Amino acid sequence: MAKEATEVSYGDVLSRVSRGEGELQPDRMALSMGPSHPSTHGVLRLMLDLDGETVTRCEPVVGYLHRGDEKIAENMTYNQFVPYTDRLDYLAPLANNVAYALAVEKLAALEVPPRCQAIRVLVSEMSRVSSHLMGLGAYALDIGAMTVFLYTFTEREKLYTLFEELTGARFTTSYTRIGGVARDLPGGWLGKVDKFCDQFLPVLDDCNDLLTRNRIFLDRTEGVAEISKEDAIGYGLTGPNLRASGVPSDLRKDCPYSGYEHYEFDVPIGARGDCYDRYLVRFEEMRQSIRIIRQVIQSMPDGPWYAEEAKKIFAPPKDKVMTSMEELIQNFMIVTQGPQMPAGEVYFEAENPKGALGFYIVSKGGGVPYRLKIRSPSFCNLSILPKVARGCMIGDVVSLLGSFDFVMGECDS
Amino acid sequence: MAEQKHELAYDTKIEGDIVVTRADAAINWIRSHSMWPMPMGLACCAIELMAAASSRFDIARFGAEVMRFSPRQADVMIVAGTVTYKMAPAVRRIYDQMAAPRWVIAMGACASTGGMYRSYAVMQGVDRIVPVDVYVSGCPPRPEALLDGLLKLQKKVAGERSVQQLRVPESAQAPHSSL
Amino acid sequence: MSEEIVSRLQERFTEITPRESLDWPAVNCPARQWADLAAALREEYGYRFLMDVSGVDWKEEAPRFMVVYHLFSTRKHAYLRVAVACPEDKEPEVPSVVKVWPTADWHERETYDMFGIRFRGHPELKRILMWEDYPFHPLRKEFPLAGWETELPDREVAEQTGAKVIGAPMMGGPFVAPDEGPMSEREPRARDETWTEKNPKPKK
Repeated sequence: MAKEATEVSYGDVLSRVSRGEGELQPDRMALSMGPSHPSTHGVLRLMLDLDGETVTRCEPVVGYLHRGDEKIAENMTYNQFVPYTDRLDYLAPLANNVAYALAVEKLAALEVPPRCQAIRVLVSEMSRVSSHLMGLGAYALDIGAMTVFLYTFTEREKLYTLFEELTGARFTTSYTRIGGVARDLPGGWLGKVDKFCDQFLPVLDDCNDLLTRNRIFLDRTEGVAEISKEDAIGYGLTGPNLRASGVPSDLRKDCPYSGYEHYEFDVPIGARGDCYDRYLVRFEEMRQSIRIIRQVIQSMPDGPWYAEEAKKIFAPPKDKVMTSMEELIQNFMIVTQGPQMPAGEVYFEAENPKGALGFYIVSKGGGVPYRLKIRSPSFCNLSILPKVARGCMIGDVVSLLGSFDFVMGECDS
Repeated sequence: MAEQKHELAYDTKIEGDIVVTRADAAINWIRSHSMWPMPMGLACCAIELMAAASSRFDIARFGAEVMRFSPRQADVMIVAGTVTYKMAPAVRRIYDQMAAPRWVIAMGACASTGGMYRSYAVMQGVDRIVPVDVYVSGCPPRPEALLDGLLKLQKKVAGERSVQQLRVPESAQAPHSSL
Repeated sequence: MSEEIVSRLQERFTEITPRESLDWPAVNCPARQWADLAAALREEYGYRFLMDVSGVDWKEEAPRFMVVYHLFSTRKHAYLRVAVACPEDKEPEVPSVVKVWPTADWHERETYDMFGIRFRGHPELKRILMWEDYPFHPLRKEFPLAGWETELPDREVAEQTGAKVIGAPMMGGPFVAPDEGPMSEREPRARDETWTEKNPKPKK
């Protein structure tokens, strides 16, 4: 059966043994973890070779959620692809929307007005909080602390309520358009966000009390799966996973976009690069995000919330479409043919909760991209697993996976 | 043991410690109110599935909070998310490992029909490989929608002829559960 | 600054040419010089991050396949784009840079999976997103979004359920407006109209 055994067949563990890959030894074991396993956060599959409890080889198998996003992008206009970006990193859809819109606007050499930029920063940071809350809760759940999960989910529900008021959906938001956002902020919404921030920080402290000095949590995370600076850079890690290894690299600081240079915030970095550092970095990032959110609320500029002069790119608001001939034609052209882009190629990366989400767009002009490559942070982060997991105990693999906080929708795109 | 003073009759009133009812009704009542889900969390819908299980929506109100990642302990598989062709055989194998009686909820557009992913890699509906009892619409469905789907399934289970089906038909036996 | 790095590289690597770009400095590099250039970029020019590897299929143009690398320098906070064209169209191949940037491992596997571009010197070049026996390379331009019919990855399950990998029904699915032609015919429509749900797709 060796030849016929395919990737997904459960038989291939047996077939590997029967092929004689290593003598059949009482302490050696091949373990297939996933693709349906509570701690693999989706459909990741790990092929582990174990020597007793120790992992001697770890081979991640990804692609179980490969949906063909890049091919889909080549078949539709730029705006039509926005909903698909929601479902890349489905823990922070708003941040993906913003990253994608910025990439296409870079292609069009289009600058959006300050209010639009501020809204985008605001929603990106809110989704960063939401994503890290999920990562934190799931991580705690993975290594046995259920309470934190319930706490963080309560807060996430509050964020979802805010997102719903803003975009009309809980988390498949599709909020940005090329050249702006779908709609302006609803009245009184900023006040609600401010109120959320006020009550959120004490909850964060509660979670902190539950975990940070918790003996069991420390034992499961401290010194587990350390990643050196060189490895982190070599394997293209980005986001909190990179910074936990002590590399102070944050695109919001390094190549500021969407007006991030106007806000004050710190970039937390770790010292050892172990699971505990990755947890701490995420924790502190939430506090910094709240700091940014407060600054944005205080300095929210007035004015238009979409690029009014970009008539071939941003479809005008509905009330104008219904009353003015010119806007009606403009709307029709954009809906049928897509926003008109120049030919050329651009690469843009945004600092998403999971790391640097990049879009490489090759355009031949017109409303449809010729090629759109998604550089997904989770994909790159996971590629270091074979190196890090080797030598870990089997229980540490669970801890390691949780600390990476990856999303398969984005990894497999 | 029933005491002598109570008389047995065709009556659903509770008399002492005896309830008289149809076996089907009793079995279905038990089954439908302790559905243990197997959360087949594949994509975005899994997040809403988790939201349904956590504090605000609290799926425990409907007796389905016991999420079992082992298919052997589960009654209903909630397929939450996009089923790709690469994943589909694994879904089927997990379904095969579930003990009868078993049910399937296809949660969301992707699991029901392929949804917005009409592409080379996505199976156009999980019902091509497993029988689906309840389809929940939405992309993703709100937790309330999932709860509604669960109630619909409970209603469906309540109408099943469980005593007749106690003998498992051969088609429902799991051929792949050897490993 | 953007021109500076390109001209400095050109002095040393004579075969590379500047590449048109809307943002970051970009160069074209012939496949035979790519391995040397990559090592130098990492060690001497400070491009320690390989951010992205992306295949591009140019359809009729020659050469047809190209691999585009995006490098990032943590010191200068700047990207560099290097486009390496595959000399062969039939069996496209470029040298692997796994030894220079370990992250290239998965990126190159993905590019191989999606485009069928081989990377010479890759330690274990196999599919990563699709399953091992999948017969096509989906991001090639001749491959339709709906896909072509083939077998499920698991024979046992396929036999039991009778399911196959089939072309996705496109009616009402992803549609675009063509760039050319009279206005009246430019309304959005399904990209592939040769078959619909009523007229099934011809067997390949």
